[in-house]
Amino acid sequence: MRNAFVKTLLTLAQHHPNLWLMTGDLGFGVLEPFAERYPDRYINAGVAEQNMLGVAAGLALANPQNQIFTYSIGNFGTLRCLEQIRNDVCYHNLNIKIVAVGGGLAYGSHGYTHHAVEELAILRTLPSMTVMAPGDPLETDWAVRQLALISGPAYLRLGKAGEPQIHAQPIDPTHPLSEPFVLPSSHQGRLDVMLLSTGGMLEVAVSAADRLALQGVFAQVVSVPLLKPFPAQAIRSLISNTKTQVIVTLEEHVPEGGLHSVVCQTLASSPNHPPVVAAALMPEVVGKIGSQAYLRSLSGLSPEAVAASVFQQLAMCVKG
Amino acid sequence: MTARTLSPSELARDIRRQTLTTIHRAKASHVGSCLSMVDILAVLYARVLHFRPEQPDWPERDRVIVSKGHAAAALYATLALVGFFPESWLSTYCQDGSRLGGHVSYGVPGVEAATGALGHGLSIATGLSLALKRDNSHARSFVILSDGECDEGATWEAALFASHHRLDNLIAIVDYNKIQSFGRVEDVMALEPFADKWRAFGWHAQEVDGHDHASLLGVFEALAVGSQKPTVIIAHTIKGKGVPFMEDDNLWHYKPPNDEQLTLALRFLDHLEKPHA
Repeated sequence: MRNAFVKTLLTLAQHHPNLWLMTGDLGFGVLEPFAERYPDRYINAGVAEQNMLGVAAGLALANPQNQIFTYSIGNFGTLRCLEQIRNDVCYHNLNIKIVAVGGGLAYGSHGYTHHAVEELAILRTLPSMTVMAPGDPLETDWAVRQLALISGPAYLRLGKAGEPQIHAQPIDPTHPLSEPFVLPSSHQGRLDVMLLSTGGMLEVAVSAADRLALQGVFAQVVSVPLLKPFPAQAIRSLISNTKTQVIVTLEEHVPEGGLHSVVCQTLASSPNHPPVVAAALMPEVVGKIGSQAYLRSLSGLSPEAVAASVFQQLAMCVKG
Repeated sequence: MTARTLSPSELARDIRRQTLTTIHRAKASHVGSCLSMVDILAVLYARVLHFRPEQPDWPERDRVIVSKGHAAAALYATLALVGFFPESWLSTYCQDGSRLGGHVSYGVPGVEAATGALGHGLSIATGLSLALKRDNSHARSFVILSDGECDEGATWEAALFASHHRLDNLIAIVDYNKIQSFGRVEDVMALEPFADKWRAFGWHAQEVDGHDHASLLGVFEALAVGSQKPTVIIAHTIKGKGVPFMEDDNLWHYKPPNDEQLTLALRFLDHLEKPHA
């Protein structure tokens, strides 16, 4: 995803002379093409994220044409400088896009300091903030293009490199920001479960859906890269149109304040909506070391575990 | 422009009057922090800055960030007195629905950036300076820091950045009144050797009497763009300056003057006003 990000940013920068890229001294081997092509608009702010966000605010305040992308690893570019994001960026509604790589458990073996698993909730609460977690490199390309069109603050959570491409073909850049991606499905009419996924959990959702299909359970995978402003109307329509029995939300994030929370919030006032089951990180994962797949499995976020959870829910629905 | 017709001493007198009256009316705090900064604001706005009150977003304006956002009342008084908005607005300070919050608030004509959480302003001013340079603008950015906020790590992150990028269009002024929330700076978190710290970070550092208008003006007029270094002016000031019973007493970080104290304070200003420059 980070390679897709830089590639798209380079394309955009060709036509946008006021697009800046700042990094907190991270992105070695990734950001060099931008630095070499646009040295006047590339700033390595050093290992100083608070100042990076403050300087970005100054750049944006100085010239309303300026659009600044800041780049760092998960928590460093978000939580370390949270007050700068809140006061300097959001309060002033500035054209600053905060990009984090290593979202979720992408840097699993690096340890808890590098697990970005609460930031979606925290950043969602900030005024004017758009929050996005694309599901694959193609969604990343689309998301960067969409964010560049927005004049206010935004947060973009990315994985690292090498994520599988889930979508079959490039996404139309004009696909509306507020429209989730309904993935192709083999179900015909009957739908048992809707898998709403955000960020890099998309590959797990697709894999879980394949497993379920083999056992005669029809799942619809929907990728929901936009968490704020949440596409509430689109999600409500999808759910009411498909008459799914169960909804499962998938996110590499604590269950508080992320996709599960916002889906529940969205449906709370709708009568008779299906149960909304969370597939999210469990507290047990805190402090654990291991690959992304290993840490996901500890939290029940493997395709097998998600499929098993769906079976269990459907069984409860039948009993109920 | 209204301010050009006022001398720094006249402007300083009026800022002090308005600040005292505004804080008294709102029963607000931080009067001491406001008064220590008044002479710096007066010299800047009467003699140094390029700005157009009728066009607050004039691209060539010098930018000013008051990073010690708790001294908002003095900044608002200054902006009103130089014509950014009517002086009548000052009576709304801290009132329900007012634009003028107790800390420097966004959306007020003449305010470049809201502040209030300490340690943010130098970074913002640094970004302004960098952008102005890239745009080949002659405008400069000025930022007024408190001594207490030099405890904040982010201030020194910005200090590193600004010298690395040779931002000689950035001027920081430290309102060094030597009192922070709990007491003397030297007791809470000593800053000395203060000027040497800035020099070690690659800044041009100068110390000045922050209440002597001629000295302040001399330092500002000697600022040299092209020096390849940002400048810090360490302004030695007295908290509560201008009202003898408020001077150098951190109680006036917190309490507002009552009716009698306001009357007395304004009387002191009338008697003490002697032009500096």
